[in-house]
Amino acid sequence: MTATYRYLPDTKQDQEEMLSFLGISSTDELFEDIPPEIRLKGELNIPAAIPEPQLLKKMHELASQNKNANQYPTFLGAGTYDHYIPSVVNHMISRSEFYTAYTPYQPEISQGELQAIFEFQTMVCELTGMDVANSSMYDGFTSLAEAASLAVASTKRSKVLISKAVHPESRAIINPVSAGQGYTVEEVDLAADVTDLVKLQEQIDQDTAAVIVQYPNFFGSIEDLAEMKKTTEANGALFIVSANPLALALLQAPGKLGADIVIGDMQPLGIPMSFGGPHCGYFAVHKKFMRKIPGRIVGQTKDEQGKRGFVLTLQAREQHIRRDKATSNICSNQALNALASSVCMTALGKQGVRHMAQLNIEKADYMAKRLQEKGFMIMNQSPFFNEFVVELPRPVKEVNAKLLEAGMIGGFDLGSDYGFDNQMLIAVTEQRTKEEIDQFVEVLEASVNG
Amino acid sequence: MTKATASLLYSEDHEWVLQLGGNRVRIGISDYAQDQLGDIVFVENAEMDDKVTANETMGTIESVKTASELYSPVSGTVVGVNDSLGDAPETINEQPYEAGWLIEVEMSNPEELEALLSEDEYKEFVSEGDV
Amino acid sequence: MVEYNELIFEISRPGRIGSSLPESDVDKIDLYDKLPKHLIRDVQAELPEVSELQLVRHYTALSNKNHGIDNGFYPLGSCTMKYNPKINEDVARFEGFSRIHPYQPEETVQGALQLLHELQEELAEITGMDAVTLQPSAGAQGEWTGLMMVKAYLEQKGETRTKVLVPDSAHGTNPASATVAGFKTVTIPSNENGLVDLEELKKHVDHDTAALMLTNPNTLGLFEKDIVEIAKVVHEAGGLLYYDGANANAILGKTTPGKMGFDIVHLNLHKTFTTPHGGGGPGAGPVGVKKKLIPYLPVPRVEKDGEKYVLNSDHPRSIGRVKGYYGNFGILVRAYTYIRTMGPEGLRQVSESAVLHANYLRKKLEPYFEAPYSQVCKHEFVLSGSKQKKLGVRTLDMAKRLLDFGYHPPTIYFPLNVEECLMIEPTETESKETLDAFAEVMIQIAKEVENNPGVVLEAPHTTVIGRLDEVQAARQPILRYTKEKAAEREVVKS
Repeated sequence: MTATYRYLPDTKQDQEEMLSFLGISSTDELFEDIPPEIRLKGELNIPAAIPEPQLLKKMHELASQNKNANQYPTFLGAGTYDHYIPSVVNHMISRSEFYTAYTPYQPEISQGELQAIFEFQTMVCELTGMDVANSSMYDGFTSLAEAASLAVASTKRSKVLISKAVHPESRAIINPVSAGQGYTVEEVDLAADVTDLVKLQEQIDQDTAAVIVQYPNFFGSIEDLAEMKKTTEANGALFIVSANPLALALLQAPGKLGADIVIGDMQPLGIPMSFGGPHCGYFAVHKKFMRKIPGRIVGQTKDEQGKRGFVLTLQAREQHIRRDKATSNICSNQALNALASSVCMTALGKQGVRHMAQLNIEKADYMAKRLQEKGFMIMNQSPFFNEFVVELPRPVKEVNAKLLEAGMIGGFDLGSDYGFDNQMLIAVTEQRTKEEIDQFVEVLEASVNG
Repeated sequence: MTKATASLLYSEDHEWVLQLGGNRVRIGISDYAQDQLGDIVFVENAEMDDKVTANETMGTIESVKTASELYSPVSGTVVGVNDSLGDAPETINEQPYEAGWLIEVEMSNPEELEALLSEDEYKEFVSEGDV
Repeated sequence: MVEYNELIFEISRPGRIGSSLPESDVDKIDLYDKLPKHLIRDVQAELPEVSELQLVRHYTALSNKNHGIDNGFYPLGSCTMKYNPKINEDVARFEGFSRIHPYQPEETVQGALQLLHELQEELAEITGMDAVTLQPSAGAQGEWTGLMMVKAYLEQKGETRTKVLVPDSAHGTNPASATVAGFKTVTIPSNENGLVDLEELKKHVDHDTAALMLTNPNTLGLFEKDIVEIAKVVHEAGGLLYYDGANANAILGKTTPGKMGFDIVHLNLHKTFTTPHGGGGPGAGPVGVKKKLIPYLPVPRVEKDGEKYVLNSDHPRSIGRVKGYYGNFGILVRAYTYIRTMGPEGLRQVSESAVLHANYLRKKLEPYFEAPYSQVCKHEFVLSGSKQKKLGVRTLDMAKRLLDFGYHPPTIYFPLNVEECLMIEPTETESKETLDAFAEVMIQIAKEVENNPGVVLEAPHTTVIGRLDEVQAARQPILRYTKEKAAEREVVKS
């Protein structure tokens, strides 16, 4: 073994010195405790090593086989959005003091990360109107499942109601989670584009741990949380709201409308789409659940000299301590993406976040109006944020093929998840220009006739 | 360190029981238990009128290091709760047998007291280690 | 140099902005025309207001208070803090990977699907498994995914087994994942050599045993030599074997969990495959399985259909989805790039070097610290601070003293079955000079404990902040910034 790989520094001489210090002649002797019958005889059957220049070329080629949002304006949303990310975000998260660090278990040399998380927690509390937020979770979908588990554990009830207007993947993921933990999940049907409040009334009972809704919901419509809170509270269940953090810049904070737990994904604020991950779940609660919140949380304290500092706190319930008594097995967060989101929120700032949200609502509204002018039916009966549903005269797949020919990525087909054939969910973010929107409408119009 | 009073009974889960007359008892955790836990930061205590069952969970106690279940040594109804622990959980570290008590219970089955350990038996139980 | 101790909120001034968005090119909307009043935000979110340079200075100052692998040696046992290659970071940021939407038509993401498919196959080869899912976001989610597959597999066979066996040296996530998956955990004690006690194991394995979860090499860094026999015992009772891949850095190209007899494996790409830990995430925890468990893998699965790559959800016995979309794609891109960089010989040398380094460092330190298991280790080893404890210095104090020398301390107080434990994992990417320098500092600290314990007890001396009051943090939690709490701080300052 000599230093032929740039990540492996041992020279032949280094290796010989270490072997001789150990009194052995080959590294093979260090593997003699592996029984011979289970040792690999030859090398692994994987492709050979590639030098950096060729590898870069190869990876560029692979990447270029994907149509990215820079070349193909995208009108896909459905939980992941193409938003403006200030250049400064990538520069800050590329500071390797942040990205090559482990979880901040040694606070004296991790104050940077700890303070950044403390600031992230504060920003999440501000947007959601909640008292306490954790340092982040895997993604919005798993945050939702963890919220349901918290509700079941703290109410000691065994049924969770989830609106059908919640993202289909959230509703899919909660199934194996509930199966593992032994509670049941019932879906509450739709009344047009929002949760059916009458059905909610019928289904809720004294065994209901929580009601889960999305805000804005999967169809972009803004649910009336105030009405739902009344029903939920009357039955002693917890009210869980999954919210798009960008929309919260303009919409009333769920905390002010009675939410007990607010969860969601920070992806719209500073995190690239990346084919669906990594994104960054957030998790915020009313203060009465402060000590039940899963995952890691940072608190402010002082050192021996009285100087302000930050530490991981409320750790006693974490899996590495509680082991089989833990109520969640999560032992990481998405620290780097939480940092990206903090930097993005800081760059946009108090005014910029509102401005961005306003652009989204205006552009979606413009596009919906243009489509209506052309005779298309918009299915949303409630006000919507940056997404809405349009009915097409032919299958979404066919229309999307036309859009692709015209150099655009079309919307989400509601056929397979909802059985709403020929209905397309369209997202319009601030990234889409008036020209792109007009062109999209033209292609849709042409597809009616073509 | 505070001294235990001789009339206390103990469970193997390190709770002590003080008989207050009639079927009423006061419950806390032993000095040994508080010492093992270290700095106590939070107690999730039972609430007034809760029913508790012998050897079943009646709450949890958290230190920086760990969170542990509290097991009731007797069955009955909670008739008193030490609310001061909310703001000052460290009282349990400082005075486990006095101001650091947890709850008072009106026992439904006083015979359960017979299963508990005496002061000397508990001392021996603790000194055996591996508890 | 003046110390910077501000929160971003404390340098915020109304009217400043750190980004630029265009004005609207479509008609303006008055929210009050569109929404009922009670759904319109009444109090604005108090986000920071700073210029772009202020932002950059703030986060740069924070980064200067953080220690990463790029700053110095990071021998944190069980975490495999190896070098995070820069090419991986560049590639993950290519627009063809970072700006693609998960619901784009399959024909527009063939490059991404090809990458996922090839990575699945390569990880299957590396672990000796028959198929791999890339969905789980982290090791813990991988464990849970694996156990849910065990459950589904047993149910299909008409069996309900409730027990998952876990050695006492296991990572805390093992029992936690078992509980969350609805199993009961039974702890198996280790023997005096730090290995699974075969006789104890036999006592606990029965018709109610769903699975044994094992890390091999285990958390003491020791290879479970009896693994073939262990696998036989569990399989004969109808149970399955789960491999916790946290320590896979010791076995690349040398053996595979498949050969050892395991049925399910998770890998931590942020450990063995160089993806950055990111200060706590994101990571990725792919799960590999043997043939009999393939039908239960999460959907959608990435498959090859002729020359085309497709996402297939048509697997009726699947446990369903465990993660949104297809996993942490950006992390998977990095791991793929790393495997391509190293190739088969390179990966084998990774493990050979990692194990050589651990043994070299172990032998250098053993004369100065109690070594509870003095035998050949794999990629990591444990020492005990019991000798030093008798002199009044705890392992925690020695860990804090290491900070003064610019080192991140080893993992401490884990595994639980070693008193005052120090768990050291040097990794293959460190040079011999670094190992020698670290050994010298450890030896110096051992001598200080004997001659000048005060300097260790009062450590750290050089960090930006001293030891923090964790008790106060937990008793009266302050978990977010508020103006009132900031005022309290002013009092402290004066």
